[in-house]
Amino acid sequence: MAQVNYFLTEEQQMIVDLTRRIAVEKIIPVRAKLDETEEFPWEIMKDIARSDLFGLYIPEEYGGFAKGCFENCLAVEQLAYGCIAVTTTFAASALGGYPILLFGTDEQKARYLPDIASGKRLVAFGLTEANAGSDAAGIRTTAVEDGDHWVLNGTKQWITSGGEAEIYTIVAMTDKNKGARGATAYIVEKGDPGFGYGKKERKMGLNASSTRELIFNGCRIPKDRILGRKGQGFIIAMRTLDLARPGIGAIAVGLAQAALDEAVRYARQRIQFGQPIITFQALQHMLADMATKIEASRALVYSVARTIDEEGAKDVAKLSAMAKVFATDMAMQVTTDAVQVLGGYGYMKSYPVEKMMRDAKILQIYEGTNQIMRNIIGQALNKEYAKK
Amino acid sequence: MNIVVCIKQVPDAKTVRFDTEKGTLVREGVEAVINPFDFHALEAGLQMRDTYGGKVTVLTMGPLQAENALREAVSLGADKGILLSDRAFAGADTLATTYTLAMAIKKLGPVDLVLCGKQAIDGDTAQVGPGLAVRLGLPHVTCVNALSVLDDGKTLHIMRINEDGYDILELEMPALLTVLASLNTPRLPSLKGKMRAGKADIPVWDAGELGAEPGRIGLAGSATRVISTSVPTFKARREILEGSAEEQVKALVFRFKEAGFLNA
Repeated sequence: MAQVNYFLTEEQQMIVDLTRRIAVEKIIPVRAKLDETEEFPWEIMKDIARSDLFGLYIPEEYGGFAKGCFENCLAVEQLAYGCIAVTTTFAASALGGYPILLFGTDEQKARYLPDIASGKRLVAFGLTEANAGSDAAGIRTTAVEDGDHWVLNGTKQWITSGGEAEIYTIVAMTDKNKGARGATAYIVEKGDPGFGYGKKERKMGLNASSTRELIFNGCRIPKDRILGRKGQGFIIAMRTLDLARPGIGAIAVGLAQAALDEAVRYARQRIQFGQPIITFQALQHMLADMATKIEASRALVYSVARTIDEEGAKDVAKLSAMAKVFATDMAMQVTTDAVQVLGGYGYMKSYPVEKMMRDAKILQIYEGTNQIMRNIIGQALNKEYAKK
Repeated sequence: MNIVVCIKQVPDAKTVRFDTEKGTLVREGVEAVINPFDFHALEAGLQMRDTYGGKVTVLTMGPLQAENALREAVSLGADKGILLSDRAFAGADTLATTYTLAMAIKKLGPVDLVLCGKQAIDGDTAQVGPGLAVRLGLPHVTCVNALSVLDDGKTLHIMRINEDGYDILELEMPALLTVLASLNTPRLPSLKGKMRAGKADIPVWDAGELGAEPGRIGLAGSATRVISTSVPTFKARREILEGSAEEQVKALVFRFKEAGFLNA
């Protein structure tokens, strides 16, 4: 039976094969236990590091492969087939690393990117606060100049890999009166004086991913830790998220594919009323819709990722938002349907789909809620059509 | 450390089928994979090199398609792969195989450690490792379950599994070892490895290149011939002996003498 041909290069296929193997051999066997114990997947991160995958997007001179958004999407899609909590831990390191790559000085890149590429040190991205989620401009963490240092005060909330990562890309307010130009980005390292963490959050899903508060209590960092220029903080954050959002779409596609595979396999062997339930139209139609939506999402994510790579990352906010919103809403629906197809078994923890459904919800929320995605798309349409 | 790992391509056990009529494996359309034990031998070699420095060279004797196995070994981290391939190598039993492998290893120069999987899952003889050691004049240990190097940098500390349990041995290099699956967990290929493997130069050495005598390679150099293979059928006979322990022993001894197991 024909599969859609996405015309991958040999190297791209290598990335797919490698990450698929990691998902099947390293992630799937432990995903239920990690979800239960909520332990950080250090062993899997080491396996991913040994496979050189942390360096996918990093330039060759720092030990990476200088690949783009598309290759990143290919990698996270396959890892997500195993578990999206583990994948988020991996992908979040790229979210934290991109700002350094895009806006760092040569000295900063030389100082941090090699360790990031080798997987020696994980990175976290710190923007969200208790009072500033969708309204990122409402952040209250401040950064004040003090001689040769910057001093940070405030609290970040729900930071992926908070406490486990060693490098943190933080956005703090430097001038409240400047609005969109009022924030600045910084590199904070584990061990910096005045930098601590809150307790680990207990979540609905995504349990293998560590989510913590970051606490800045007179945190002193050297002057050279400023990332980009003063006032560029929000631009850095937005640019980074635009590049990362198709990756979330890819994670959604991988998760949904895993759910579909479970659902079809189950429906083929579950006999009720004397026949496998997949022979009933009610189930066929559900599975058909699931499969079609997955393929449509995949095609959209791939196209957007390739566009971002080819034409340079300019004005991609609308496309990036589309890839994220469509695929993640799809994943929530597909995983929910997968539980339904498995019926009572779908609800039991001894089957993998209930975890997939619990995990899927976060995809509609993090890296920009799907409501904000729709705002971005709507506003972009307004701008586009004004010129027509 | 100069390390040589010998690998073999075998039919993928997951997809190969058995022709019950002919009593043979149906190999057509079945993927060829690296012999499972050989992954562990390769991993052992890579770990040695990663810890003590040196070079890992992987050899295989096989048809031209066996190049894929060598590329896979390179993607896992092997420094070099060499394919021993020649029409004249075909039909080799373990005697001819060890001769060919030994000629290649001698051509490579001084070696510290030769690693093999315990056995190939298609032939199952487990003879190549020991045979190769004899040809190379190397001491060898089979069924290695644990392995380390002592502080002197040249003595191997080995755990070997035997029928009753295990032995702990020390063996000075150069030496040859055959390994069990329990020795280690093979690593996954790395992306850098896969890209290197794609571009790697894999030389092909034929009989001439090895300086091999024609009468000692392939079918010509084989001392054994496979006449036929079949699945044994078991027809069990059952008899329960009655009476006291002494009576049962008497009856048993009688039956053993009848069957010729015991001399009267």
